[in-house]
Amino acid sequence: MREAELISGGLVDEGLARRLKALACTAPLHDLDARKAKLDWADATVYQMAEIALHTIDQVTIAMDFDTGANHDDVIRRLQPFIAAQAPGRAAAEHLRVARWVLDNLINVGTADRGFRRVYGSVDASGSYQRRAFDFKLLIELAAPDGEVYLRASDEAINVLVGALDTDVESAQIAAEVKLENLISRGRLADAKLAAEQARYRTVQYGETLRAKLEATRRDVRAVDWAEEIPELLDSALSHIEARFRAENAILRNITKARDEAEDPGHKRRAAELVDIVGDCISRHTQLQSRLQAAGAIFRAEQDRQQFSGPPQRATLDLFGQLLVPSLELPLADAAAPTERFFHAAAGIDVPGVPALPSLVSLLLRPAPERDKLVGEVPEPELVPSETAGYYSDEQWRRADELLDLPEVPRRLSGLLAEARETDPGLVRLVALRALHSYSPEVGAAVRQGDDRMLVAVDDGTTLDDHEFGGADLLLATARIERGEGAGEPDER
Amino acid sequence: MTRPVTTGDAEAAARLISFGMRPKQLPGRDVVYADLVRRYTEDTAFKQLANSVAAGLGLMVLGVSTQAGAVLAATDESVFEIKMDSYARQSKIRERRETEKVLHGLVHLATAALGYPRPDDLANDTYIGRVSVEQVDSVVREACRILDERVAKSGENGDPLSDAPELEQAWRAYARRPATAATKDGRLASDTTRGMVSRALRFLADQGFLVPVNPERGGTYRTTPRYQVQVRELAADSAFEELLTLGVVAVGDGAGSLRPSISDTL
Repeated sequence: MREAELISGGLVDEGLARRLKALACTAPLHDLDARKAKLDWADATVYQMAEIALHTIDQVTIAMDFDTGANHDDVIRRLQPFIAAQAPGRAAAEHLRVARWVLDNLINVGTADRGFRRVYGSVDASGSYQRRAFDFKLLIELAAPDGEVYLRASDEAINVLVGALDTDVESAQIAAEVKLENLISRGRLADAKLAAEQARYRTVQYGETLRAKLEATRRDVRAVDWAEEIPELLDSALSHIEARFRAENAILRNITKARDEAEDPGHKRRAAELVDIVGDCISRHTQLQSRLQAAGAIFRAEQDRQQFSGPPQRATLDLFGQLLVPSLELPLADAAAPTERFFHAAAGIDVPGVPALPSLVSLLLRPAPERDKLVGEVPEPELVPSETAGYYSDEQWRRADELLDLPEVPRRLSGLLAEARETDPGLVRLVALRALHSYSPEVGAAVRQGDDRMLVAVDDGTTLDDHEFGGADLLLATARIERGEGAGEPDER
Repeated sequence: MTRPVTTGDAEAAARLISFGMRPKQLPGRDVVYADLVRRYTEDTAFKQLANSVAAGLGLMVLGVSTQAGAVLAATDESVFEIKMDSYARQSKIRERRETEKVLHGLVHLATAALGYPRPDDLANDTYIGRVSVEQVDSVVREACRILDERVAKSGENGDPLSDAPELEQAWRAYARRPATAATKDGRLASDTTRGMVSRALRFLADQGFLVPVNPERGGTYRTTPRYQVQVRELAADSAFEELLTLGVVAVGDGAGSLRPSISDTL
């Protein structure tokens, strides 16, 4: 009982699960460094893959704006200088390949879900330990209205990048800006740059939240309370932007001044970078504002498009509420039946094709498709005969067998070597090797092979006196393998 | 007064059924077809004869009208049946097959739900719905998001058990699947949700249930009266029956519930 309490004390704690999940998000990055040595197309150990991966997520996050995100090629292009700095001696093609490899791995190309899964444990209400799966993505591929595929960083990725961003966006934003103003007024530009960058990530996150909300509005007019809720939302968002504009413009004025007056080149550069970042924040807010202003127009247009309906004239089902949502809520195993039923009935009929003679003839007469896409002729491999594997001749093996067949009396290795030397000097070495091998015979293998006897060597402490070999003068005997009926253990005698 | 059935009647009835097998042929464009449709609606004996011919072939007549033509459905184990197994066959086996099939089924369900968002639309014979690849995908994703929020609000740990993947809720499988993925040749990857939706809509267009309107939003289509009959008279009910047997009963009102964002999400 006490043990159970101890276990649950550790795992019911939700913080633990949260920390495990946060840890899991970093796993794909560590994984890159772990796997880089195994890449066969380059010696990739010089590259700091986790660094490149973080930089990739950075690039994608910064490129994310209201509508779209980063284009694959853009991201790779921006990555290349960073990668090249890590290994300036390598070819540009290799840098490109590393960039692609990291990007593909962050998307996790090659899996159906293009995401990551980590298993973690939790204790349920009854106190039993359960393994649960945590699915997450780092970079998400989405389709732009024009059909192009672009990348966005997931919430998990932004968390990995900046860390602990799972806070109230509004208050975090205000805190970051107060901090930024303070830092600038005290002239600590390096810290100010960090704060400004964090503020920008928060701005991106804020825009992301609003985008999702606006999209929901656009999808169905009736879904949203346009009498009170949305106007309130738009008002608060607009006043938020107004406040940010004021703050950021003030900061911009301050640091522009700092930049122009700075003497120290490092100071000047940092101030210039800050000007860029804050300028970017302002342009993002402008974009957000224009979206907010368009929201009303979207509502009116959608209202016109989605006509209002009267009460149903016949009893029919509400496809979304009564079929789709309940099916989505079912476990996969249960959801198969209703969805398949629906498909079966809604897919219509398939009229089996009847082969017609004219079409068959034309099918047969059609010229074979050209196969120029194939690699071409298979090269005839040049085969070199392998070197003879057997060092000893069959005759020598047979003689050794004869010598080492000692069913009755065990013999000393020295005697056997002497006898072998008389017949064939080449035989000596084979006999010695086989004797050595039989010092630790593989009984199990012999039993499996179905042998009925095997050579066994025993060392009784006598030293071998031979001009060619050294070591113990082994006692050699052939042991019969007996398969016991019950135990099956081989018995040596 | 009933008159005996002649071989000519049988031929006419069979012809009506064969017209129904060509989903893109419509009574409005074919005088013979229109005549047979009219005869079906007016002549009870002919109607019964046509229904019997269909039944003998392993088909069901769901409805015959001037707008939709003869709408047929295959009975179980009929040669005309389209099985989910063969439909989902093209997908890669890498993923569990069951999941693939459920995802395809959900896509078809969502297409119908978007085509006829309110119960009234399904009942109203003159209603023409519009669907697009982008919309179908986003409707399901939005529903997934709401279900996710509901779970998050309930405070329970909703993450799936790692050793019982079949108990994972369907919406999680859908939400996890990427919407799109870059491929080398720039085409839509078939195992993404948009790839699946795009395939479903093209398939339904081939079956005469949808008509392509324009390539906007990943491909926009309008529904045909034929699809309405198919969904209303058979598909919705048979899926609903399955849900009833599973004990998942939802009673709706006339307003419909396609409201992807309920107020609490804002």
